[in-house]
Amino acid sequence: MADNHDESRERDDHSGVETTGHEWDGIKELDNPLPRWWLWILYASVVWAVVYMVFMPAIPGLPGLGDHTRGITDNSERRNVAEAVAELEASRAGYFEQLQQAGSIDAIESDPDLLGFAMAAGRSAFGDNCATCHGAGAQGFVGYPNLNDDVWLWGGTFEDIQHTLRVGIRSEHRDTRYSQMPAFGRDELLSREEINQVTDYVLTLSGREPETLASAEAGAEIFVNQCSACHMEDGTGDRFQGAPNLTDADWLYGGERAQIINTIWRGPYGVMPSWEGRLDDQTITALAAYVYFLGGGESDAFIEAAQLNQD
Amino acid sequence: MQSKRTGFDASALAVGAICVLGLLWSIVTAAHGADALMRGQAWLIAAGFIVGLIMLVGHYGDGGLKENPREYSETIVKYGTIASMFWAVAGLLVGVIIAAQISFPNFLYFPDFPFTNFGRLRPLHTSAVIFAFGGNVLLATSFYVVQRTCRTRLVGGVWSWFVFWGYQFFIVIAATGYLIGITQSKEYAEPEWYADIWLTLVWVVYLLVFLATLAKRKEPHIYVANWFYLAFIVTIALLHVVNNLAVPVSFFGSRSYSAFAGVQDALTQWWYGHNAVGFFLTAGFLAIMYYFIPKRAERPVFSYRLSIVHFWSLIFIYIWAGPHHLHYTALPEWAQTLGMTFSIMLWMPSWGGMINGLMTLSGAWDKLRTDPVIRMLVVSVAFYGMSTFEGPVMSIRAVNSLSHYTDWTIGHVHSGALGWVGFISFGAIYCLVPWLWKRKGMFSRALIEWHFWLATLGILFYICAMWVSGILQGLWWKTYNDLGFLEYSFVDTVEAMHPFYIIRMLGGVLYLAGALIMVYNVYKTIRGEVKASEDVAHHQPAAIDQPAE
Repeated sequence: MADNHDESRERDDHSGVETTGHEWDGIKELDNPLPRWWLWILYASVVWAVVYMVFMPAIPGLPGLGDHTRGITDNSERRNVAEAVAELEASRAGYFEQLQQAGSIDAIESDPDLLGFAMAAGRSAFGDNCATCHGAGAQGFVGYPNLNDDVWLWGGTFEDIQHTLRVGIRSEHRDTRYSQMPAFGRDELLSREEINQVTDYVLTLSGREPETLASAEAGAEIFVNQCSACHMEDGTGDRFQGAPNLTDADWLYGGERAQIINTIWRGPYGVMPSWEGRLDDQTITALAAYVYFLGGGESDAFIEAAQLNQD
Repeated sequence: MQSKRTGFDASALAVGAICVLGLLWSIVTAAHGADALMRGQAWLIAAGFIVGLIMLVGHYGDGGLKENPREYSETIVKYGTIASMFWAVAGLLVGVIIAAQISFPNFLYFPDFPFTNFGRLRPLHTSAVIFAFGGNVLLATSFYVVQRTCRTRLVGGVWSWFVFWGYQFFIVIAATGYLIGITQSKEYAEPEWYADIWLTLVWVVYLLVFLATLAKRKEPHIYVANWFYLAFIVTIALLHVVNNLAVPVSFFGSRSYSAFAGVQDALTQWWYGHNAVGFFLTAGFLAIMYYFIPKRAERPVFSYRLSIVHFWSLIFIYIWAGPHHLHYTALPEWAQTLGMTFSIMLWMPSWGGMINGLMTLSGAWDKLRTDPVIRMLVVSVAFYGMSTFEGPVMSIRAVNSLSHYTDWTIGHVHSGALGWVGFISFGAIYCLVPWLWKRKGMFSRALIEWHFWLATLGILFYICAMWVSGILQGLWWKTYNDLGFLEYSFVDTVEAMHPFYIIRMLGGVLYLAGALIMVYNVYKTIRGEVKASEDVAHHQPAAIDQPAE
């Protein structure tokens, strides 16, 4: 530069470097060169970028090269993903086929490898699809059943669970499991007084104290007329209608007095979606096995014993 | 020379006409708007224009704006400084609230008041800190710096006030819109068409005021800070207009349809989004750095040549890097490649600013020990260097496959936002306040120290928590067991984030506490309660031809 040794260019005392001779509101500038390392990394990153563009799809609109350059590697991330998914599916296909052919839960349980696979597949599908409502540990919440215990509204055998998964509960599926408890309060089928009375009676079913004995006695009559068709006269419920047992300690919508009153008032209408078509058959089978083995699954032998007991 | 009044002029008439037109539109819309939300906003907009008219009439009834051609316009910078602090506290407070809501979803959430929902508060936070706080800092400092480094008064009279109040008005329209549920769902560009048009008008006037002041300069050369301010103003105008191209459903309704669709819309949005970071939060704040660091350190800028080369390489390369926000999406792979390679090339141009900032300290490093304001400015530049290294690393597709959609991105943004943008702004405010209000220094140096350490600790809490939770998320989302199934469900990762979200919230609380301390310190300084022994600022004369000390 011609003005390198301009008279106006003073020298900075500290660094010994010349200033550019400009000054703005007291600010001056030193005439330091570009730091070498900075410049070399800048060049290196440009070179690297160009090399990368040569290897990968990069430049659009060059004549004769299609809509963009494909790069030496002809990389396609879509193809990579499709291949990876296909490879993964192939690696699991054998087990899934075995699972479908096994037919019964006993057959699955008797083959440790298959059982391990079914549990892994089921757990993964559960986490992605079911945990949102039933909880990551299937522990449930108020209104969303706990799947770890042996309390089942619609049956707990492997086949029952599979069927519930397929058709859902009060879902849009044609064959969905369906029943409806009336909203006794909201629809004015019972008065507030009557709801209090029947609540008192229901409390006694699970061995708890009613507010007054008289109220529970009045409630008993209402129960026979209004509730026993589904919940049975003894209050033990009916799985064909998905009507819960009211004599035990498990309450889907809460067992406190106020919660029971609320349930009778509004008549809950809990919905579980139908998974047929959203998940493939193999996944539904694996899910059913997983839920079965969470702890509460009912074996065929258990069902037979229960029926003998009832008779 | 005595200051005099400008009298009623053509500019005042034009601003009045704008207010009257805006008022007419908002009255018609309030009465016959196409939707209830628009009618609600129109009342507020009408009120804004009425206030504008009253202010105008008040001033010109008094004979116009007070002007002294021998002195710099500093009143508007004072207003901008106070507005910056107001919006900083507001934006940080909303940030803390939504951080608490992510940790405890029902915190301050009332189903009967939908505006307390995270979905509405989140854009309120981002817009408040970026555009309200950051934007006001840029307005205030640019109006200060351009006058001082051009040795001339701000040009435009009432127009610079139109920019200031018009911008505040835009913020209020946008913020109230978010709260009642008006959004066009573009990140960092949520305001609807009518707010966008208003901002365009304000911004073009800002550009003209800035250019006219540059043109009237009494210095032969244009100082580097002004290059950066100009790049920021011009590019933001371009980005804002293109990304917000839309067709309103009705000229009296709140809804509009974007001019772009599908992946073109996504790419336009991230071309905008990335360059909002590049030109608003980088170029604009580099301008602040180029003025306030040499002023406070009283050292010359390290290298003029570096400032030229890194300026041009930065603005050339930045504009191409947006596609790295869309890795592994429907965006064609060739565009992803370009976005990534340009991001890598952007590393050194970004670091040029860091080198110039840090090396300007050479010969004044001892001030880091004694002057918390210099320390704030320097730590800010260090965070800038860290973020602008982290950014290119995250743009590499292999790294991005781990980091994308995770909290790592949030951590990255906040190391830039809290560390770089926040600290350089606070440092600038600590310099400006004693200069503007003619005080010996800030009220309390100890309080600046408190602000510095609380905020630094807050940033570390924040970004460390987000690094850990982000990398944890990225790894868990990709972990397969040996049977080929995902090991963790999404809800597992959500549960695992809880402790980190609490740490992040605490970081935010510390940072907010620091900002409140600053507000108190500034308040005491403006009141004039400055002890002689405290932080010492060099006097900046108000008269134009008097050289600085």
